[in-house]
Amino acid sequence: MPAALRLSLPSPDATATLARSLAPALHAGDVLLLEGEIGAGKTHFARSLIQHLQGDRAEDVPSPTFTLVQTYETPGLEVWHADLYRLSHPDEVLELGLDEAFRSALCLVEWPDRLGPLAPPQALTLTFAVSGEQGRVLTVSGDPSRLARFQKAADPADAVAR
Amino acid sequence: MTILLGLESSCDDTAAAVVRHVEGQAPEILSSVVAGQAELHAAFGGVVPEIAARAHAEKMDHCVEQALAEAGLALRDCDAVAVTAGPGLIGGVLSGVMCAKGLALGAGLPLVGVNHLAGHALTPRLTDMVAFPYLMLLVSGGHCQFLLVRCATDFTRLGGTIDDAPGEAFDKTARLLGLSQPGGPAVEAAAQSADPSAVNFPRPLLDRPGMDMSFSGLKTALLRERDAVVTLHGGLPEQRRADLCAGFQQAVRDVLVEKSRRAIAAYLDLAPADPVFAVAGGVAANGAIREGLQALCAGTGTRFLAPPLRLCTDNAAMIAWAGIERLRLGLTDGMDLAARPRWPLDTAAAPQLGSGKRGAKA
Repeated sequence: MPAALRLSLPSPDATATLARSLAPALHAGDVLLLEGEIGAGKTHFARSLIQHLQGDRAEDVPSPTFTLVQTYETPGLEVWHADLYRLSHPDEVLELGLDEAFRSALCLVEWPDRLGPLAPPQALTLTFAVSGEQGRVLTVSGDPSRLARFQKAADPADAVAR
Repeated sequence: MTILLGLESSCDDTAAAVVRHVEGQAPEILSSVVAGQAELHAAFGGVVPEIAARAHAEKMDHCVEQALAEAGLALRDCDAVAVTAGPGLIGGVLSGVMCAKGLALGAGLPLVGVNHLAGHALTPRLTDMVAFPYLMLLVSGGHCQFLLVRCATDFTRLGGTIDDAPGEAFDKTARLLGLSQPGGPAVEAAAQSADPSAVNFPRPLLDRPGMDMSFSGLKTALLRERDAVVTLHGGLPEQRRADLCAGFQQAVRDVLVEKSRRAIAAYLDLAPADPVFAVAGGVAANGAIREGLQALCAGTGTRFLAPPLRLCTDNAAMIAWAGIERLRLGLTDGMDLAARPRWPLDTAAAPQLGSGKRGAKA
């Protein structure tokens, strides 16, 4: 088992396909830390994942930059989508109730560096980097058992593991 | 005569206001207090949100006290208490709703729960007594949508952003280019000395029918153009940065103007007696965008209206006003009024699906 997984995502569609493939393998208590520069595709990944989980009852998935946290009730799974860019202290993570959500919901966290010591040890880190005109390279690292689950679920995706 | 106390705490700000209205006359904002977030967080550039419910609750008491004092009224002089019951950060909304319940119960006044977005959408009636139906472009904070407002309880969403709001796109552009926050004024200032056609940005979703918009792809385009400049020059020369700002602003303007053109056409199908297109939010303060929308209105015989910015950012006067409109319709709430984190204005509208379910990202 490699320490990190690298996936080539040649288009926004490939990112969406990956998100959909992962959806069935994600459970309450899973935390995905989404890293990458502005425009790297963090929100696009989160939106694709949430809308797939919502199924026929897909709702708006607005960017959480202004609201900090958007929560979604999907069949059998609560999802928290957070953007911590505006936070200035890890204590504010507690005020948002994220620490509890890390145990009870699927959490997708943008700008996770703001978590500081509150970053949960079981989290997987997904780092998006721009590659060419439309493409992205995604690096996934973290908890080995979850990484293995991630890799298994990602396999059917159009993404090419390298 | 109707007098309402309004409370707002769904986002970053804690606010209270008193609005008085005599039917047939212009509404009067007797007081509108917004707790001084900017001062508190000046060290952080004023962007740090008030996320603690406790802090909202502590400040709300003082805001209410000050709003009543400035209005020269006591709570018993009010006809009802209106409060934002969502959508927003649940802690903040809850503390506002709890406070309003306490005030209403203590003074024996009716309680009116208001949708925060309805507050924004009804603001043109507070500021300019605009008659129904009117068309609204709501671009507040994280929102961007066209609303057809038929009455105080009937909002039809004609379209909106499927990803980022333009205000957010301006902020992120500023972040990507090392400009100051808030990004809107910084990007506009930089764009002034530049050529909007020097860099060609995409016009997302312009080639598709409908009134949905997408601004997220502009970030990616900007990122690519910026990196190309940096590779070429070994840095980001000021003039090139200005060109990027101008090109970006022009793209946002073109999208907003074209989608507004379609929204106005749909609105004019209702044959309103005095057509009004109201634009509420910080984006209306952008000179280039405002000029574009004004020219569009002039060409379609529609009155352009942009309420003052202080009433377009989060405030409680709009909540008090929306409360007056609801009270007149006999719409009050009981002590079981719930705080709702999510609360779309138009529950009948199809969700604005992101590009993930629509195939290729524009």
